[in-house]
Amino acid sequence: MTVFHYPQNDINTDLLFPGKYTYTCSTGPEIKEHLLEDLDPAFAGAVQPGDIVVAGENFGCGSSREQPSLGLKYVGVKAVIAKSFARIFYRSAINQGLLLVQSPEAVNYFTEGDEVEVDPAVGKVHVGDRVFGFPPLPDEMLDILKDGGLLDHIKKEYIIGDEA
Amino acid sequence: MGETFAVKVLSRAAGKKIREGEIVFVEPDYILTHDNSSAIIGKFESTVPEGKVRYPGRLAIVLDHVTPAASSKHAAGHMKIREFVREQGITNFFDIGTGICHQVMPEMGLVMPGSIVVGSDSHTCTYGAFNCFATGIDRTEAAGIWITGRTWFKVPETMNIELTGSFDAGISAKDLILTIIGDVGAGGANYMAVEFNGPAVGGLRISDRMTIANMGIEMGAKIAAFPANIMTSKYFMALDIKIEKAVWSDHDAEYARSLEYDLSDIVPVIACPHQVDNVVPIEEMTGTKIDQVFLGTCTNGRAEDLKSAADILRGEKVHPNVRMIVAPASRKEYLKAIKMGVMQDLIESGAVILPPGCGPCLGAHQGVLAPGEKCLSTANRNFKGRMGEKEAEIYLSSPETAAASAIAGEIKDPREVLR
Repeated sequence: MTVFHYPQNDINTDLLFPGKYTYTCSTGPEIKEHLLEDLDPAFAGAVQPGDIVVAGENFGCGSSREQPSLGLKYVGVKAVIAKSFARIFYRSAINQGLLLVQSPEAVNYFTEGDEVEVDPAVGKVHVGDRVFGFPPLPDEMLDILKDGGLLDHIKKEYIIGDEA
Repeated sequence: MGETFAVKVLSRAAGKKIREGEIVFVEPDYILTHDNSSAIIGKFESTVPEGKVRYPGRLAIVLDHVTPAASSKHAAGHMKIREFVREQGITNFFDIGTGICHQVMPEMGLVMPGSIVVGSDSHTCTYGAFNCFATGIDRTEAAGIWITGRTWFKVPETMNIELTGSFDAGISAKDLILTIIGDVGAGGANYMAVEFNGPAVGGLRISDRMTIANMGIEMGAKIAAFPANIMTSKYFMALDIKIEKAVWSDHDAEYARSLEYDLSDIVPVIACPHQVDNVVPIEEMTGTKIDQVFLGTCTNGRAEDLKSAADILRGEKVHPNVRMIVAPASRKEYLKAIKMGVMQDLIESGAVILPPGCGPCLGAHQGVLAPGEKCLSTANRNFKGRMGEKEAEIYLSSPETAAASAIAGEIKDPREVLR
């Protein structure tokens, strides 16, 4: 498990996925090629399923484009841990089934080389030798996340529900 | 204790009294999507194969982001959207050249006071200028609302921004909102509703309110809203639409934070690379050489904005080292500017006119920058790589500053030209 640490605040959606590709790349493999291209060109080649991203305040600010959240989910990032998230990105991550952990304490405590583990069921994040709690999602959002994202949730709740 | 605009609108839509922090499910009045509709159609069709949109009359699709198509891949996206529009019987479809979605939505009477509009574009918050509760969502959520007709909101806290006074010559709404963003910070209004109140609000033109509301997202806001007043009524009267659902906060509404700005204190400012909240008074940047000036976008592409620039450019020439690119916000605004003689002034000064649309704002075409170049833009974002090249620099300003700087070939205070 690798932790990708981007300590700066206000990492915007253009850094996570450049706008010039937004209308020509929409599938997982297409997005992966340019994911975090202008922030960390090495990320896309190095990231493995189960890896974690640690960042500062207002992560994901800017555009409503969903390639950042969809891309991070596609490459298997287990969670993004940040001091805070921009609201459209926050919604989008839930819609994609990507786990976000808002814990300024955990981010402040983190130093390079620390092992990081997240346990969403109990709302705990382990950083090195410390454990930090994080506020659980409201039930409505948790249901979407558990189903793997909004459209899978809709399939389950509405479509199968309608036929039953 | 009184209620805020956000609480009132969401209470009415939810059909019950609600409190800040609560989660409510509502059916938005309209769902805006643009060129990204082709990706949304893919999500829609893979979730409900051969399914029908729940409320086709509530969809609005505007092609504006990469129009006319810059490549066959973009063209294929547009084609897919036109086919879907026909199949699903979507009447609110506006093809290339109509204008930028955030200009077209009000022009078509789709962002009524007191209504709720969502859009798969972060600058959907622009409609707050019309007393509309409007906010951005992602593509997946848009596909979800096409299917179910509804979505959830966490009822936001509200930041109140009280406005007094009036602008000095050469200073405009863009300088005000950039100043506010510089003070509040890129995440300072995160998750919050922002309300604009105070005696100066009545004097702000619709175009000014749109410039201000448009940039609410640049401080993280969920919505940025104005009360409906006589100018709002006139706007919709001209469209033959009567305002029925306008709503506003109570005088004793409780705000999470309150700020005050006297418009007569505002000076020309520049948002420097690569963050919108990196705002400085113009004198710190004067003399910075520029390669391109871009006048347009959903922030500053209206006839009033083009006129403010033309008033400075009339009889002058764009500096030989500068390319000046102009994109009117919509066909309607373009025609208005033509009738005012503004387009002739701009063309004679050496500006290049693009069709109505987003133009080079998002870095896909029509004025992409080269490595090392500097662009002074009236847009809303100066993020690294935004105009297609990460080694380029984008500075944001008002139309007045853009025009004065285009003549000088470097960042210049418009007040010096107007003196």
